[in-house]
Amino acid sequence: MSAGPLFRVEGLSKRYGARIGCADVSFDLWPGEVMGIVGESGSGKTTLLNCMAGHLAPDAGRVLFDMKDRGMVDTVTMPEPERRRLVRTDWAFVHQHARDGLRMGVSAGGNVGERLMAVGARHYGDIRAAAVDWLGRVEIAADRVDDRPRAFSGGMQQRLQIARNLVTGPRLVFMDEPTGGLDVSVQARLLDLLRGLVREMGLSAIVVTHDLAVVRLLADRLMVMKDGRVVETGLTDQVLDDPQHGYTQLLVSSVLQV
Amino acid sequence: MIRIENLAKEFVLHNQGSAVIPVMAGAHMTVARGECVALVGASGAGKSTLMRMIYGNYLCDGGSILVGDVDVAQASPRAIIALRREVLGYVSQFLRVVPRVPTVDVVAEPLLALGVAADQARARAMDLLARLNVPERLWALSPTTFSGGEQQRVNIARGFVHPYPALLLDEPTASLDAANREVVLGLIEEAKARGAAIVGIFHDEGARARLADREVDVRAFTPARGT
Repeated sequence: MSAGPLFRVEGLSKRYGARIGCADVSFDLWPGEVMGIVGESGSGKTTLLNCMAGHLAPDAGRVLFDMKDRGMVDTVTMPEPERRRLVRTDWAFVHQHARDGLRMGVSAGGNVGERLMAVGARHYGDIRAAAVDWLGRVEIAADRVDDRPRAFSGGMQQRLQIARNLVTGPRLVFMDEPTGGLDVSVQARLLDLLRGLVREMGLSAIVVTHDLAVVRLLADRLMVMKDGRVVETGLTDQVLDDPQHGYTQLLVSSVLQV
Repeated sequence: MIRIENLAKEFVLHNQGSAVIPVMAGAHMTVARGECVALVGASGAGKSTLMRMIYGNYLCDGGSILVGDVDVAQASPRAIIALRREVLGYVSQFLRVVPRVPTVDVVAEPLLALGVAADQARARAMDLLARLNVPERLWALSPTTFSGGEQQRVNIARGFVHPYPALLLDEPTASLDAANREVVLGLIEEAKARGAAIVGIFHDEGARARLADREVDVRAFTPARGT
């Protein structure tokens, strides 16, 4: 484990014309930490995630990542080829809809192997073995390796997307509503899987969701967003059990009890 | 091991006319290694609130809470996470777990988080579950469907699987039969003997008399409330 933070956001802002996407967001993420970002639709959490992950160009601010030997480097201003390499190796992005993160016309094994080939793997046997190993880790049977993702259930597609993302051993994973749209029983399985992977691989993750039950089980720390701004941050259970901001209090008290 | 000074807490309910409810003021308390302090006071006096503040689950509005050399009232989330992983255990009255995860893994998780090898962590978890009379056929099942007493024992196993130097126990013997109550009291006595500093809430008077070296009445910390 390195001595400093893995990832640092400083004064990140994005506007859509006159409307605020996200405004002046700053935080540090340390190795092995999971940060949850919650807020209702339109609160700016997805804009923030896309700015951090390099999908959107922010209007202001820096997004720093620990490039090992070179220390913290601003990924917003780094040369495009270098950023593309980062996105294929040390970073991963899990989309809410698995089809946005998978190639639906390529087999499950191909989906996982493709990301390995993108970082230079060439030996077919090795790639296939790594793909089968990763499918096993996300509980997809080896006999499904040649099937295409469209033959998979929603939960399996999501697990396949996770395998495709993690096969290169990234250090930071961005997740956009990773359990959204899944049955609760499938959600639970996915949460257990993600927690195990975070622990075993020492991954750091940033998880955007509107589901407070998901962040309670998955995230160490929590950021609450409203109208593009961070209104409250802290330990996840502290923010949920002793919310300080009026908006967070409303959010927490609005959850239906089962 | 635990030193609380001049602790204050109020709740501000922004969506209910910004009502300010002071719940604690001027709280003082120390717990030495190997000592068990029982929090007493009527229901609603703030026993659980104080315990949650020590754990960092509730924020403080003033004062300090030293656990070892970490001031929970000031510490960063990252420092509190590390404190909870290594130093400060908490057995709450509620079991909150990812559904579907087998009981043995729920109990072993605190050790896995500390980097203990999986087989070793599971072996330790199984020892504790056996000692707490959780039937072996249940170990591979998720505890979410267990009875209240079984869940309570899973919770206790999870809280004792790592020898935390400081422990918070919220009604550890509630909903247990006499035999299991005896096992839990034994576990707590062993923790004291190895030097753990313990803060407990015990409505079970027999348990309190046997375990607690001192009582702290939290009503002394309850601010006068306007009517």
